[in-house]
Amino acid sequence: MNMSSYHYLGETWKHAILIVGSIVVILPFYIMLSYSLKSPGEIERNEGGFFGSQEMMIDERCAKLREPDQAAIDSARQRFTGLSDSEIYKALKAEIDTECSVRPIIFNYTKAFSEAPLLRYLMNGVIVTVSIFVVQVIVALPCAYALSKLRFRGREFVFGMVLFCLLIPVHAIALPLYIMLAKLGLTNTYAALVIPWTISVFGIFLMRQFFMTVPDDLIDAARMDGLGEFSIVWNVMLPTAIPALLAFAIFSVVAHWNDYFWPRIVVTGNRDLFTPPLGLREFKGDADGSFFGPMMATATIIVTPLIVAFLLAQRKFIEGITLTGMK
Amino acid sequence: MVGIALNGIQKSFGETRVLNSIDLQIEEGEFLTLVGPSGCGKSTLLRIISGLEAQSAGSVTIGDRPVDGVRASDRDLAMVFQSYALYPHLTVRENMMTPLRMRDLGFWQRLPLIGRFLPGASGKLEGMRKQVNETAEVLKIEALLERKPGQLSGGQRQRAALGRAMVRRPVAFLMDEPLSNLDAALRVHMRAELTELHRRLNTTFIYVTHDQAEALTMSTRVAVMMDGDILQLDTPTNVYSDPANLRVASFVGSPKINVLDGRLDRDGVVTVMNHRLQRRVPGATPQAVKVGLRPEHLRLVPEISGLGEYVGTVRHLEHLGSDVYLHVVLSDGTTTAIVRSDPDHAMGIGHGDTVRIAETRGAAMIFDAAGDRLPFEPVSESAPVSSKTQEVA
Repeated sequence: MNMSSYHYLGETWKHAILIVGSIVVILPFYIMLSYSLKSPGEIERNEGGFFGSQEMMIDERCAKLREPDQAAIDSARQRFTGLSDSEIYKALKAEIDTECSVRPIIFNYTKAFSEAPLLRYLMNGVIVTVSIFVVQVIVALPCAYALSKLRFRGREFVFGMVLFCLLIPVHAIALPLYIMLAKLGLTNTYAALVIPWTISVFGIFLMRQFFMTVPDDLIDAARMDGLGEFSIVWNVMLPTAIPALLAFAIFSVVAHWNDYFWPRIVVTGNRDLFTPPLGLREFKGDADGSFFGPMMATATIIVTPLIVAFLLAQRKFIEGITLTGMK
Repeated sequence: MVGIALNGIQKSFGETRVLNSIDLQIEEGEFLTLVGPSGCGKSTLLRIISGLEAQSAGSVTIGDRPVDGVRASDRDLAMVFQSYALYPHLTVRENMMTPLRMRDLGFWQRLPLIGRFLPGASGKLEGMRKQVNETAEVLKIEALLERKPGQLSGGQRQRAALGRAMVRRPVAFLMDEPLSNLDAALRVHMRAELTELHRRLNTTFIYVTHDQAEALTMSTRVAVMMDGDILQLDTPTNVYSDPANLRVASFVGSPKINVLDGRLDRDGVVTVMNHRLQRRVPGATPQAVKVGLRPEHLRLVPEISGLGEYVGTVRHLEHLGSDVYLHVVLSDGTTTAIVRSDPDHAMGIGHGDTVRIAETRGAAMIFDAAGDRLPFEPVSESAPVSSKTQEVA
C-alpha cells in the first residue's frame, strides 16, 4: 500500500467514528419526531417506519365520551325506523367512530395543544429566557469591560474569583437559593425563575475573553472622541461584541429553555408559570396509559424554536465576524 | 498661540521607569516627530500629552492652560492610531460625526430617534454634516462616506481615521505610527500627503514613529528618543549630519553608519586603520574612540590608482537600482563597512573581490567611549569641507 491509501484508510476511520457519534446524538431526535407522527398502536407495536401508515385511527377518549346511552338511542329511533335497539346502538356507534377518527399526526399535535396549555408554557419559556438573557448582558458587559480594559488594584483577584465561581455547580447552592427566595415570598413567581440566573459568571468570562481581543486603540479613540466609560460599553463594545453575544445567547437561551431542575423547584402547583419542560410532565403515564404520541409532539414543538433560533443565529454569527473588520 | 510645553515629565509602570524627566517645547504649527526604537517611551509620551495616560510627575501645558488632570476629550486634541481604531459598526460618515456629536450635542440630543427632534438639534446636525462633507472633500473620501470600515482598504481606512481627527479642528494632531500598517508604496505616498496636509492645515502635528525615514522626510523637528530620554532634538538635517552621540548616529540613516575603531593621541590626531585623519580634536585626552562614516562618505577607487585609505574584501552586494551598497570586510579582518557606489562603478565587482575605498574629507565623526560626540577644531585651513550640508537620503 502506498501513502495515499494509508491516508484514505485513516480518513475512513475518522469518518466512521464521526458517523457513529452523530447517530448516537441524532437517534433520540429521530425517535421523538417519528413517534410524534405515529398512532399509539404503531408506537406500541413498533411498526410503520418513520411516518407510520397515517391510516385513520379512532380517538379512544372521544369515542368513550360519546358512548350512546338509552336517551340517545331513544332520540335516534326516528332516523332508524324498524331497527331493534341493539341495531340502533351499533349504527350510532359506527357514526361516532367515523366522527372520532383522525389521522395520527393530527391527533398527536392537536392533543399537544389541547391537553395542556402549551402556548402558555411556550410564552412562559420566552418570558423567562429573554429576561434572563437581557439581565445577564446588562450585568456581564460592564463587568467584562472592567476586567479586560480598566486597570485597577485587585483586578486579577476579582477575575480569579469569577473563574472560581465557574466551578460551583448550581445544584450545590440550589437549597440556600430556594430558602432565600421562599423567605422573600418569591416562590411561584417569574422572579424566582429569573433572579438566580441574572449574574452569569460564564457570560462575564466569555465576554471578558472577547474584549481582550478588542484593540485598546479603539477604546482610546472613543475616549478622545469624548465618550464616557458607560457610553463606551454600550456604544462601542456592545456593537463589536455582537458575534460573542450571539454565542453566549445560544448557551444561555438553550440552558434556560431546557432547564427542568430549577423551575421544578420554585414553581409548585401554579400551572400558569410552567415552562415548556414542566409542561411535558402533563403527558406522563397516568391511569389511562401513556400518551407517547402527543408527548413527543409536545417535545418536538418545544425544541423547534431552539433549532430555528440556532440556525438563524448561526448565519448572523458568521456575518457578524466578517463585518467587524477589526483585523 | 497654542504651543505645547512638557516640563519634567516622568512615567513609571510599577518599578519600570519608562520616561526620565522629559522637557519639550513644541511650537505652534510645528511638525514634531518623536522617533526611537520600540520601547523607548515615545508612545507613552504621546499618550501623556493626549491625556489617555497620566504622568507620574511633571506637567503638560497646552497654550497657556495646564491640562494635568484634564480629560483626554477636553484637551481639544485629536489622535490617529496605528490600527486606525474606527468604530467597526458605524459608517465612515458616522465615525466622523461621533466626535462632533459628543462635543456639540447635549445628552438628550444624542438619544437615538427622538434626539434629532429636540430644539436646536437639527440645526447643529446640519452644521456637523457640512463639516464632515468639507473634511471628506479635503481627504477625497466623499465616495466612501456611506461604507463601513470593513469594506475599506488599509489606505482608505487611514484617510477615514484622519478625517475623524480633522473634523473637529483640534489645536494639535497626535499620530501614533499611523503609517505602520500600510504597504511600502502607500506609506511613501502617504508621507507626502501628510506633509501636504500639515502645510495646508497649519496645525501642530506630533508624530510618533520608529521609522527614521518617516521622521526625516516629514518633520520640522525630530526628537530622537531612547530609553526614556530625548537624546537629540533638532531639524532632520542636523540630526542626520550632526548627531549628538553614537546612538543617534546609528539610529538615523539607512543603511547604518559605519563605526570603525580609532585611536586619539595627545595632539588630538585620530588614527583609524593606520590612516590619520586631517582634522584634529582639540583638548582631548588620549583614548580609544569610535569613528563614524556614513556609507555615502565612502567611495570605491580604482585598484591600480593606489589611492584610498582602506582596503577590503567584498562580502555582499545590495543592488537598489540607483545605488549599490557593498558590504566590505576591511583589512583588519573584523570590521565590516558599507560603501555606497553607483551601478556603473560597481559593475564587474563580485563577491570576494578586493576593493580600495576612499573617504570623503571632513565627513568622519568622532565619538568617545561613552558614545558622546567629540567635536573637531574649527577648520581654518584650505581643506574644503562640505559635509555639513549633506543632502538627506
